[in-house]
Amino acid sequence: MTGPHRIAVVGASAAGLTTAKALRSRGYEGTLTLIGDEQHLPYDRPPLSKQILAGTWEPDRTALCGAGELGALGADLLLGRSAVGLDVAGRQVLLDGGDRIGFDGLVIATGVTPRRLPGAGLAGIHVLRTLDDALSLRLHLLGRPTVAVVGAGFLGAEVAAVARGMGLDVTLIDPLPVPMYRQFGARIGELIGQLHTDHGVTVRCGAGVRRFLDTEGRVSGVELTDGSVLVAELVVVAVGARPAIDWLADSGLPHRDGVECDAFCQVIPGIYAAGDVASWHNNHFGTRMRLEHRMNATEQALAVAGNMLGAAREFAPVPYFWTDQYDARIQAYGIFPADADIAVLHGRPADRTFVVGYGHQGKVAGVLGWNSPRELRTLRQLVVDRTPWPPKASLREAAVAELPDQGMPTTTARH
Amino acid sequence: MPVIVDQDKCIGSGQCVLAAAGVFDQRDEDGTVLLLDDSPPAESLDDVRRAAVLCPALAITVEES
Repeated sequence: MTGPHRIAVVGASAAGLTTAKALRSRGYEGTLTLIGDEQHLPYDRPPLSKQILAGTWEPDRTALCGAGELGALGADLLLGRSAVGLDVAGRQVLLDGGDRIGFDGLVIATGVTPRRLPGAGLAGIHVLRTLDDALSLRLHLLGRPTVAVVGAGFLGAEVAAVARGMGLDVTLIDPLPVPMYRQFGARIGELIGQLHTDHGVTVRCGAGVRRFLDTEGRVSGVELTDGSVLVAELVVVAVGARPAIDWLADSGLPHRDGVECDAFCQVIPGIYAAGDVASWHNNHFGTRMRLEHRMNATEQALAVAGNMLGAAREFAPVPYFWTDQYDARIQAYGIFPADADIAVLHGRPADRTFVVGYGHQGKVAGVLGWNSPRELRTLRQLVVDRTPWPPKASLREAAVAELPDQGMPTTTARH
Repeated sequence: MPVIVDQDKCIGSGQCVLAAAGVFDQRDEDGTVLLLDDSPPAESLDDVRRAAVLCPALAITVEES
């Protein structure tokens, strides 16, 4: 055997921890070092913008594994330590404080960092990425401020839903025409905007933030690019994230939007990447992608662990992701290009129980379910099989009459 | 080797059914996990372990004995 015997994993969240566990479960017996920049033991992030923010879970329910399981991993766990550099030729990770961790196998799983907006240093302006962020945000929401959420992607939409659920006055702001436009396009985005409007959120799409109003160092409002001004005592900035790759700047490794890997998640021999930080070529869809989805962190970590130990298997999954907002459970498989066609495959949008397919380049690229988990799981196969578009066999006659044009509102109500 | 599911954590992804259809199912109304067999046969254990690892909500525990 000539496999690695000194593996370092940088990043101790879902992708990093899962890689470490999978290496062990596949029989890796060498040295294993797991490095994380937070003090907390590894925890799960999806509940942060849902149960943790809403206060329905105690923080310890987000633990990714118990202390016993962590001990059984037989890893050197370095928490509260940041990687600040990588010496590729010398095969060493440089840590803050000057330590160097040697390796013959490396996994880059450093995730992403929230983007910030100019002027967002004021008191009362929050981001949400870490457990500490979520607990701080919850504490401040309990003071019942008027809330503005900037950015209506997954995170912003979920935060708005939770804050509204706490009975707060919430405005959801995005420069794009509807919420989640980038993720799911105009029609589903309109339906999500309607969902928020129905629950009493003021949806202000189509205008971005020009500046934050400053009252003695504390945010007091938001001025939008259309000139309007909103009162806000608390602002959540949820305008996306960028890969945490600053530490690789001088490494010589290829990185633009994330660490660039091949179809096997390998950057260069012996160095792999997994999770939110990894950009790789997914041959199922014939395109490069980087996913900030929980499920991908696990699947990619398993693939990386296997390939590090010689599996030589392409990582070509059908991505899965979900969001819970109010009473809507929205789940999706595949990819959702902006110029995709859309058709109803099950149920009725008017009933808020349906599955839609997204067609792109002549094939089913994605399926999205709205409160239809079982049907979606079955229709996922269309994406797995790269079924020609439109998928006539699965389109019931009645569903043709229920295309989004009929079933969905054409404008988002605005206040 | 007992299998335990946490319906409160479950987000209805159905990954468990994709991995081990004989052991897991989903509730009709919201997709929440249903455990069909809490002591699955040995030949399905690899699938069940895979379901536990893949579950994006960490709602499945396999008690290794």
